[in-house]
Amino acid sequence: MIRLSSVSHQIDGAKILSNISANIPKGQVTALIGPNGAGKSTLLSLIARLQGLEQGSISIDDLDVVTTPSDELARKLAILTQSNSITARLRVRELVAFGRFPHHKGRPNHKDLERIEEAIEQFDLGDLADKFLDEVSGGQRQKAFVAMAYAQDTDYLLLDEPLNNLDMASARNLMRNLTELAAQTGKTIVIVLHEINYAALYANWIMVLKQGQLIANGPAKEILTPQIIADTFGIEVTIHEIDGKTLVMHYG
Amino acid sequence: MTLHRLGFIFLLYIAFSIAFLTLNARGNWDFVLSFRGTKLIGITMVAISISCATVLFQTISQNRILTPSIMGFDSLYILLQTMMVFFLGGFGFASLPQEIPFFLNFTIMMLASLALFGTLLGRSANQARQDLHRLLLTGIIFGVFFRSITSFIQRVIDPNDFVIAAASTFADFNTINTDLLLIASLMMIIALAALWHYRHELDVIALGKETATNLGIPYKTRLYTLLVIIALLISISTALVGPVAFFGLLVSNLAYQIIPSYHHAYLLPAASLIAASILIGGQVILEHLIGLSTPLSIVVECLGGLTFLLLIIRGTTR
Ligand SMILES: Nc1ncnc2c1ncn2[C@@H]1O[C@H](COP(=O)(O)OP(=O)(O)OP(=O)(O)O)[C@@H](O)[C@H]1O
Ligand SMILES: [Mg+2]
Repeated sequence: MIRLSSVSHQIDGAKILSNISANIPKGQVTALIGPNGAGKSTLLSLIARLQGLEQGSISIDDLDVVTTPSDELARKLAILTQSNSITARLRVRELVAFGRFPHHKGRPNHKDLERIEEAIEQFDLGDLADKFLDEVSGGQRQKAFVAMAYAQDTDYLLLDEPLNNLDMASARNLMRNLTELAAQTGKTIVIVLHEINYAALYANWIMVLKQGQLIANGPAKEILTPQIIADTFGIEVTIHEIDGKTLVMHYG
Repeated sequence: MTLHRLGFIFLLYIAFSIAFLTLNARGNWDFVLSFRGTKLIGITMVAISISCATVLFQTISQNRILTPSIMGFDSLYILLQTMMVFFLGGFGFASLPQEIPFFLNFTIMMLASLALFGTLLGRSANQARQDLHRLLLTGIIFGVFFRSITSFIQRVIDPNDFVIAAASTFADFNTINTDLLLIASLMMIIALAALWHYRHELDVIALGKETATNLGIPYKTRLYTLLVIIALLISISTALVGPVAFFGLLVSNLAYQIIPSYHHAYLLPAASLIAASILIGGQVILEHLIGLSTPLSIVVECLGGLTFLLLIIRGTTR
């Protein structure tokens, strides 16, 4: 479980997150939704200790993110950030291989190499593995970064808008892979999504942020109501149940 | 392939070294070998220091046109040295054990670089990248500033004092400060051992703050450690031969071109061996084959400067 208690964050005096207390359940797919600038990426980067936590506390399975050694956390939690700007010139396989670093610290063994190839297969990168990152398309690049986080093989996986640049089939495959991963291996996945029907279809749990405030946090079915969506995004929607699946619709 | 190329550079270095030791040697072999051997060791140490410091600096700044020298590190060293002569007088300075100014300069340079980077550390990746341009400009301005104060002091100082101080404002590979060779080599062994220990982490640090942190690197601690090592290496090379501005840029970029790998376990030795081969080979060619009296430092600086221009024109900032 990820435990957030009274987390606040400011940048240059501007309040980015105010007093967020919430639990994110273990072994589930949690969707983090909210308008642009709501503070979703900031919250994820605080959980993943990419930014210093100033107020409040965050723990992951009782490991405090501030005091736990960074390399121990790296075997517990992986993050894919929203903008991945790596300036080094790397091949796709080399990038994915870096995901194993927390486990082998520079000396990959047989198991690490297997896991790297598996990640490459899982995200259809087989044909691209020997290309440089600046020689592949935006979506292919995105997949490589997701594969890197996947290869890290941590109990907790934080993904900030992983569907960016992905085509319809790739996006669906990724979401399917992630839900299977959570169901089969008990991994906890937190994923920032903008397409609300992906949240409706694949997430068990939904957390809603708006202007740095926590609007709602609970099981997907309870959160996806016309009221909460209107409060968060300011648009009118209807919620439908089709073949046992939830569908959020809006009318132009 | 990487290992082959590394091996080839190593052989080149060995060949130049043998030529350097033996070419046109007349008279007492013991004397020639020990005289030239000391020089060879000194030049090799300078080569390793400059190239490792440059590669490290480029790794932590994620930028391949920055070097510690462009950032004014060695100008600061010379300024401090000159100021000591100014305040102590030439004789007072000369009677100091040379280790004292060496460690004093190293400490101040280290603190200055920690302060400069410390101000940039807390920021997000995006801002840090924008700040890199500011960092580059700041460094260049400081470098010029340090050099102008140095030359000002040198003008007001008693000329005899200045000669005693031997604080030259340009590199000279012919007169290596052998008094410091022992302590410098000890310090260098420590620095290189630390670098070898961190060689795999360096590959990760090159991916930037966020990725490195995600992969479990205690980023801030490592950055500070590496800055201390850089300051130490620059202190060593500046103390031994004087300031070298663009040479590090030449050899680091040659290493990136020649070694098809991002592994520092290859890049650091490659850059060091390339640097040593150029310095020693250059010395052999200039001295013995062409018989030219042009100082080697001018030739390598010229090549380095051209590299700098080329990189800027090509827009290679990564
Ligand atoms: N480096 C920064 N300096 C100043 N303000 C920032 C900085 N980074 C983010 N912010 C502000 O913090 C707020 C939250 O940003 P954040 O990136 O967390 O939003 P988000 O919910 O991820 O948005 P999006 O959906 O657009 O990705 C925004 O108002 C943004 O302007
Ligand atoms: Mg975001």
